[in-house]
Amino acid sequence: MNKAKTLDIVKKYTMILMLVLITAFFAWRTNGAILLPMNVSSLISQNAYVFILATGMLLCILTGGNIDLSVGSVVCFVGAIGAVLMVNKGMNMALAILIMLLIGIAIGAWQGFWIAFVRIPPFIVTLAGMLIFRGLSNVVLDGMTVSIQNCTTFVNLFGGGANCYIPDVLGGGGINMTCIVAGVIVMLIFIASQIIGRLNKKKKGYELEKPVGMIVKTVLISAVILAFTVRLAQHKGIPSVLIWVMIVILVYSYITSNTTIGRYFYAVGGNEKATKLSGINTNKVYFLAYLNMGFLSALAGMVTIARLTSAQPTYGQNYEMDAIASCFIGGASAYGGIGTVPGVIVGAVLMGVINLGMSLMGVDQNMQKVVKGLVLLAAVIFDVVSKRGGKLIEKN
Amino acid sequence: MAKVLLEMKNITKTFPGVKALDNVNLKVEEGEIHALVGENGAGKSTLMNVLSGIYPYGTYTGDIIYNGEVCRFNQIKDSEEKGIVIIHQELALIPYMTIGENMFLGNERGRKYKLDWNETFGRAGELLKTVGLQETPQTLIKDIGVGKQQLVEIAKALAKNAKLLILDEPTASLNETDSKALLDLLLKFKKQGMTSIIISHKLNEISYVADKITVIRDGSTIETLDKKTDDISEARIIKGMVGRELSDRFPKREKHIGDINLEIKDWSVYHPLYSERKVVDGVSINARKGEVVGISGLMGAGRTELAMSVFGKSYGTNISGKLCINGEEVHLNSVHDAIRHKLAYVTEDRKGNGLILSNPIKINTTLANLDGVSSHSIIDKDKEYSVAVEYKEKLKTKCPTVEQNVGNLSGGNQQKVLLAKWMFADPDVLILDEPTRGIDVGAKYEIYCIINQLVAEGKTVIMISSELPEILGMCDRIYVMNEGRIVGELDGSEATQEIIMSCILKSSSKGA
Repeated sequence: MNKAKTLDIVKKYTMILMLVLITAFFAWRTNGAILLPMNVSSLISQNAYVFILATGMLLCILTGGNIDLSVGSVVCFVGAIGAVLMVNKGMNMALAILIMLLIGIAIGAWQGFWIAFVRIPPFIVTLAGMLIFRGLSNVVLDGMTVSIQNCTTFVNLFGGGANCYIPDVLGGGGINMTCIVAGVIVMLIFIASQIIGRLNKKKKGYELEKPVGMIVKTVLISAVILAFTVRLAQHKGIPSVLIWVMIVILVYSYITSNTTIGRYFYAVGGNEKATKLSGINTNKVYFLAYLNMGFLSALAGMVTIARLTSAQPTYGQNYEMDAIASCFIGGASAYGGIGTVPGVIVGAVLMGVINLGMSLMGVDQNMQKVVKGLVLLAAVIFDVVSKRGGKLIEKN
Repeated sequence: MAKVLLEMKNITKTFPGVKALDNVNLKVEEGEIHALVGENGAGKSTLMNVLSGIYPYGTYTGDIIYNGEVCRFNQIKDSEEKGIVIIHQELALIPYMTIGENMFLGNERGRKYKLDWNETFGRAGELLKTVGLQETPQTLIKDIGVGKQQLVEIAKALAKNAKLLILDEPTASLNETDSKALLDLLLKFKKQGMTSIIISHKLNEISYVADKITVIRDGSTIETLDKKTDDISEARIIKGMVGRELSDRFPKREKHIGDINLEIKDWSVYHPLYSERKVVDGVSINARKGEVVGISGLMGAGRTELAMSVFGKSYGTNISGKLCINGEEVHLNSVHDAIRHKLAYVTEDRKGNGLILSNPIKINTTLANLDGVSSHSIIDKDKEYSVAVEYKEKLKTKCPTVEQNVGNLSGGNQQKVLLAKWMFADPDVLILDEPTRGIDVGAKYEIYCIINQLVAEGKTVIMISSELPEILGMCDRIYVMNEGRIVGELDGSEATQEIIMSCILKSSSKGA
């Protein structure tokens, strides 16, 4: 019992602890370079697609450890179509965005149909999708690069490049006041929500968290928010892509934790038969997971071409692997039913920090892959072993 | 007197919360066919699992003396080396492998890196002849019927040089000709000096083959009957199986029986995979408000299949028949429909089909009726919490908080969470499938109290149970089911264990 409880607590906060330790390690090895405003900012812009895709991937994984291998190709395909529409056909931006999203949803529906209703293993369906949409990207782009440098509104709206920041309306010389104000507002909203939640619980007579724990948690999170915004303010302010990422994180955190459909994802992964016998249409749940993955892949596609200001047939390669790795590192169970959006985001940040840190240290690209692979393996071993009650070897 | 081949002395085996075997003794002589009989859950299979090393030495107490030496088996391999081979009720053959490959799986012929296929198939062919199976060893398992597969299992056991063959319900899924052939094969082996232990519910078969019969009840050995000296008629065996008295293990209730609430007419269901197999055959039953209706029968009688097919067609294909709720005919095409018509099915397999073990009590409690704690698809988590606490208190579930994962609860408390889940769905008719399986006596009593409370509120409870005392103690009316058909309807007050058992056995022996 006690051992299980310790394991529970360790499991709950390991990844945050790991993130802190790894960041500290890189701060030391890079003489603090990793914490420079510019690098903090680029951590967001470089990894925006991972945050978005990992959130969608979480829903698939929740349904029972199912993954979507096609997202990298879908990102590329949707981006390619968008670029071709806006540049070659001169289409209106809003219409192009709409078409891109619809294509993403259509792809999700296509794959979701086979997976959910025909019950073709997701691995197979999405492996096929990976090939199909990579091929189609090439067809759409005719094997060439399409530059979208001139679509400035689009690039500024979704991008993470040099000028893609929220304009500083408040001014403030060397520091971006808009960013600071926004950060403080977010922090205040967070603190207020914590307090109101607690008061509500108290009023209705529910069990309360220990005050010390809650205060420590609130102060720590507030401090992180504040430190983070100061860093951004010292650079160029809020990257516009951060807004999209925040929206995705908040909306999906809410859906997974507070809505009935969110609950269904967990239930299906926890015990599909029991869920079915509880009157829940499990086919629909699988379908929605992949439909949504298509939608978020489209969003990630827009973010990707905006950041790179072009579309190429090779974009999006290995994006699925980044997303899957983030989920598992972030505590999603390889068997489904367990995992949270914030956890997955921590996983994605962890991967981002490792990438950035090693690049700053000048570690060879190939060795970086080795390290990332080992981190992923370690995270899943941890998940499996802790589920078995701490025993490393499965009894034969 | 022949040599004693196997003696199991004072075997006691406990599972968390349940004593499955309590000082069981079994003595088997060389060259005899020894039958083990008892109700479902009496401990027969557990005893055989102890013998074969599935429950390794140290997880039970007592001694196994085989061939004059005390044995300590840590795994199945250990017991197989001694020639003790068990054939389980569920066949363990791999469909897409040949008969020969299956027979030598884990016991391969030739060298590790160079399998000797000639020897494999040659030896397999010889053994197939021994068991009288006319198939080539290269035939795929999926292409032969269940009866032949059972013979392959026996041939496989012979390939391991079995000296003591244990068969757990070998004829459960066989038709009458195949069963007869199998039993005759056992008799033939006996002549050649083979010793066998057979577990079976089919008493006519036992009378046919067994030299001795050991009766197990509630985890203890009751008696051993010898064909030569004792009466081994079916009636005599049944008496041994059910001999216990009904004490006040069941809470009393006042009867307030109302109108017919649920009526099923001429209900037939076919197996989902083998669509020519009829699992439920023309069943007609009804249940009234405030009534506890029991469905009794042996495992595999089709009770669960009947219940699940009624519950939104969650089992089977080609379902036909008429279903009326409150006098109106309804067509329930999904579990969702069934819940909407105030029907609930509480599964017999709480871990596999009922609960999400990795989730807390509160999430399990609301799963079948999430709309009850949410508005516009948004869950009111505070309300959910208070609902879970309410049911926890109502059903006296023992747990620190409702945030506790269901997987960490005992069987009895898990069963209460499962009941809470369905009570919160607010049904009028509850079908409880084996509601007290694998839980201790105290928790059983509490479950019975909950059932009484439900019918007192005017709900209908249909209770499927393999435990005869429970059926007799709780039900106002009892249907007896066997081989997919209703073979008897009894009033609760006039029914006895003997009557129910003979209903089942009579209908079985019609076929056999």
